[in-house]
Amino acid sequence: LTRVWPCELSIKRTLKRKKANGPTSPRWGKPGTKPPPRSFLLPQSNPDSLLQLHIRDSGEQQIEATKAPLLVALAPSPHSDQVRALVTRPMAGSMDLPTKGGFDFGLCRRNQMLAEKQGLKIPGFLKTGTTIVGLVFKDGVVLGADTRATEGPIVADKNCEKIHFMAPNIYCCGAGTAADTEAVTDMVSSQLQLHRYATGRESRVVTALTLLKSHLFKYQGHVSAALVLGGVDCTGPHLHTVYPHGSTDTLPFATMGSGSLAAMSVFESKFKEGLTREEGIELVAEAISAGIFNDLGSGSNVDVCVITKGKTEYLRNHLLPNPRTYNSSKGYSFTKGQTEILSTKITQLKPNVEVAEGGDAMEE
Amino acid sequence: RVSGIQHRQTASYPAHSVLFIFRILLLAGVNQPDSPSSPFPPSPPPPSQSSSPPAMSIFEYNGSAVVAMVGKNCFAIASDRRLGVQLQTVATDFQRVFKIHDKLYIGLSGLGTDAQTLYQRLVFRHKLYQLREERDMKPETFASLVSALLYEKRFGPYFCQPVIAGLRENNEPFICTMDCIGAKELAKDFVVSGTAAESLYGACESMYKPDMEPEELFETISQALRSSVDRDCLSGWGGYVLIVTPTEVRESVIKGRMD
Repeated sequence: LTRVWPCELSIKRTLKRKKANGPTSPRWGKPGTKPPPRSFLLPQSNPDSLLQLHIRDSGEQQIEATKAPLLVALAPSPHSDQVRALVTRPMAGSMDLPTKGGFDFGLCRRNQMLAEKQGLKIPGFLKTGTTIVGLVFKDGVVLGADTRATEGPIVADKNCEKIHFMAPNIYCCGAGTAADTEAVTDMVSSQLQLHRYATGRESRVVTALTLLKSHLFKYQGHVSAALVLGGVDCTGPHLHTVYPHGSTDTLPFATMGSGSLAAMSVFESKFKEGLTREEGIELVAEAISAGIFNDLGSGSNVDVCVITKGKTEYLRNHLLPNPRTYNSSKGYSFTKGQTEILSTKITQLKPNVEVAEGGDAMEE
Repeated sequence: RVSGIQHRQTASYPAHSVLFIFRILLLAGVNQPDSPSSPFPPSPPPPSQSSSPPAMSIFEYNGSAVVAMVGKNCFAIASDRRLGVQLQTVATDFQRVFKIHDKLYIGLSGLGTDAQTLYQRLVFRHKLYQLREERDMKPETFASLVSALLYEKRFGPYFCQPVIAGLRENNEPFICTMDCIGAKELAKDFVVSGTAAESLYGACESMYKPDMEPEELFETISQALRSSVDRDCLSGWGGYVLIVTPTEVRESVIKGRMD
């Protein structure tokens, strides 16, 4: 019995096609062709001094150290003129073409001018000052998170979702800037899906981990997403933490966010190896509740996600320890016409016209 | 001409703008308590010139207030009408709520120029979508589009906080807001944004009731908007309220304090 993996089938097909087509010219390395120029930029604390790296070209020409210093940058700092000059894309006339992905730094110069000349302060972003936890139990992984999203001292969202889907067997909790955690987890989730299509296998937690850490390291901490990644794959249950600069830890229990100390105190006193599912959920709920009640940046409800081999349960609002009980039964009632109106315009909406699929004189 | 001495210093710094100076590295993910959640705001930076008013946040440059509320098979979106340059009022009929299609509207608070530019880009993208797909965009899809457009400019953002309100296929209302880099926040009752956001949170929280009919929803959102902008120097000068039901769209200009 010889098993043929899906990838082998496609390799065999590719080899057959290449033999049939005959030798094609290589993209580069042929005499006379030059490799495409590469220019990247290095992140620097002092953005004006650019480190020079020497990369040996894989084509026939070798770049000597003195001749072509290449500038390699992973996280452009928006404050350097040289960075902006190289990174800003040329204006494609007046058309706003769909972009090819990645960040667009076109407004950096204008924003800096606003900050310097007009003396205006750049605003803050929505953060998830939060408590997120994960622990490994007997059969898998339990993840937990609170549900408060803050904008400064104001609660912007009382019931947001901080446990993000990565793969059917992998979930990720996110703390830090809300837009960054959402964008990074969505992006890696798409990449994992494409990888699953390409390999035909269930995603592994370490794959997600490597994709996340390499993206975050590339942006040198400016994409501020602190994540707790957990899942169960063919090698067993895994739990990792990812820090905004790209470092990771592999742990049996982990907490992140502003409420992490409160939650960690619960874990350190009550965690033991080989917990059952009920014990694991209870411990996670207790740790998140400790964060909710003791940390000002976390609050509202507890979300729990239990991942075992072959089955994932997302218990949204598993606990609601902060119900809203102060509503008055009558509420406000305004009489009609209480508001003074200066002018009104009413537009009737036409229902969409359905074109019947029938014989028409125009059709053949 | 309002000079810098006459307005109360304590009232001119809404807490959310002062507490958040642009420090991305100091975040909640690090294992220490989040320092920006301290109750006292840090002292404001000294002004760049002696004659100009104290440094304000970019969001307070023009002043704005936008709110959207959900009713029974309908939604309401409202904004104020003032356009100012810091403390001076320049226009009292500035449009902040824009139509994308018959059942989808977006309100953009924050810097006026970015609001208009962002609206033009969004309308362009929606028209392309209409040509390709031969139908209107769903509100959830549109929210994802706005979020992606804003996150693309993560390190040099548009200074806008959009409020998106629409009716889905089954005439269920959908509302959502985002911060200026695209972090979506879906809500089932109301969403607010702008310089009057804190007052709007309080007013909407107390005045909102679930499943309101369009007439009652109109009264509620108008009263919430008026009472909130009356407590904010930078927004006001009347209000513009839009109620959308499956059969009609009602736009009203409401009267408010002109100060």
